[in-house]
Amino acid sequence: MQVALADDGQTEHLDLEGLIACPVCDALHNLHPVPVGEIARCHRCHSTLMAPRASAMTQIVMLAASALILMVAAVFFPFLDLSAAGFSQESSVIDAITAFSDGLLFPLSFAVAALIVVLPAIRLAAILYVLGPMMIGERPARHAIPAFRLAEALKPWSMAEIFVVGVAVALVKIGGMAQVHVGPAFWAFVALVVITALKDTFMCRLTVWKTLEERSQS
Amino acid sequence: MQVDGLENTGRAQPILTARRAGLVACSVCGKVHAAGSDRCRRCHAPLHSRAPASLQRVWAWWLAGLVAYIPANIYPMLRTATFGHETKNTIVGGVIELMQHGSYFVAGVVFSASVMIPVGKFIAIAYLAISVRYVSALRVHTRQHLYEVVEFIGRWSMIDVFVVAILSALVQFKFVASVHPGVAAVSFALSVAFTMLSAQSFDSRLIWDADEEDQE
Repeated sequence: MQVALADDGQTEHLDLEGLIACPVCDALHNLHPVPVGEIARCHRCHSTLMAPRASAMTQIVMLAASALILMVAAVFFPFLDLSAAGFSQESSVIDAITAFSDGLLFPLSFAVAALIVVLPAIRLAAILYVLGPMMIGERPARHAIPAFRLAEALKPWSMAEIFVVGVAVALVKIGGMAQVHVGPAFWAFVALVVITALKDTFMCRLTVWKTLEERSQS
Repeated sequence: MQVDGLENTGRAQPILTARRAGLVACSVCGKVHAAGSDRCRRCHAPLHSRAPASLQRVWAWWLAGLVAYIPANIYPMLRTATFGHETKNTIVGGVIELMQHGSYFVAGVVFSASVMIPVGKFIAIAYLAISVRYVSALRVHTRQHLYEVVEFIGRWSMIDVFVVAILSALVQFKFVASVHPGVAAVSFALSVAFTMLSAQSFDSRLIWDADEEDQE
């Protein structure tokens, strides 16, 4: 992969294929191969342009697949178990989602479901769909381009990690009046968050786009 | 490091941007196209040299977020019923209650997520949107950094909404104790979503354009 700069003002004979513009500040750069393990930064705003890693694609696919499996466990296994005054209550993530389903607050249950389960799951599936075929050397899947754009657009809206912090706060809040035990689903969720964060650091957006383009043509 | 800015040290000449070169760059994948192209050939995203009406959209979502933030603070976030006696907690009320229990750290987390981050975000977005029109006191790199922080941290405000969701799901012991979400949970969630959209509508390239004009 590539990058370095073109800044001599001779725009007439610039080869568009050999150029890349920083998505953050619009500065033009020449494309030069970026060695694996190095980071190419924009010379103007210093944001990362490309950071290719060795066998990143395999790692991302593996991590995304594990995260998707953990997601199933996190949703359906018991999440928290609460006991107070002789009563006991076991909740799964599904219960947390449907907690809002009474009356006016019904739409909020949809939003919570989307933010902590549906959107992260769609995003993981889209990444698998885009990178899976490329990992085993096939041509990219037919709708790989819109799928990867969807995955990128969903990034700020997948809030699984925020949910985990919310759980921690909620545990402190009820700690005084009841006994709480965390179930297997809670640990699945924590693992899911760590794996997703790892996967996102491995994934270099511009490198994926470049690879998608090259593989689609060949 | 393959990228070096040697020719630009000391800012002897303005930096060549795609717009200055008469080209259009894709803000999704960085591919450069001839002016007048309307879709990116690599990622098929719509192409704009600068996002159209970026500032108008920023202000519209910003205002919507601010309007939703007011009821979020006035109305109760959480309704707790214990033995038939109902107590209502607003966002700030919940923080105070946590402090009375002695959980200062968690109170701090909730306070930063529900009060400091949203308020700071309103100020930061407004500042960024104004600073692209007028000469700014902050350096351009500082403003870019501020924008990145706003984009990164904004979603964490949702913590309190999730806390309410978890408590309402967990604490359902009929008469003994039960927790229900209040109206503020909805308006707070909306406020966070609107300010996230406001930050996303902001085209970061505007920060750098303003810097360019200052130097000329």
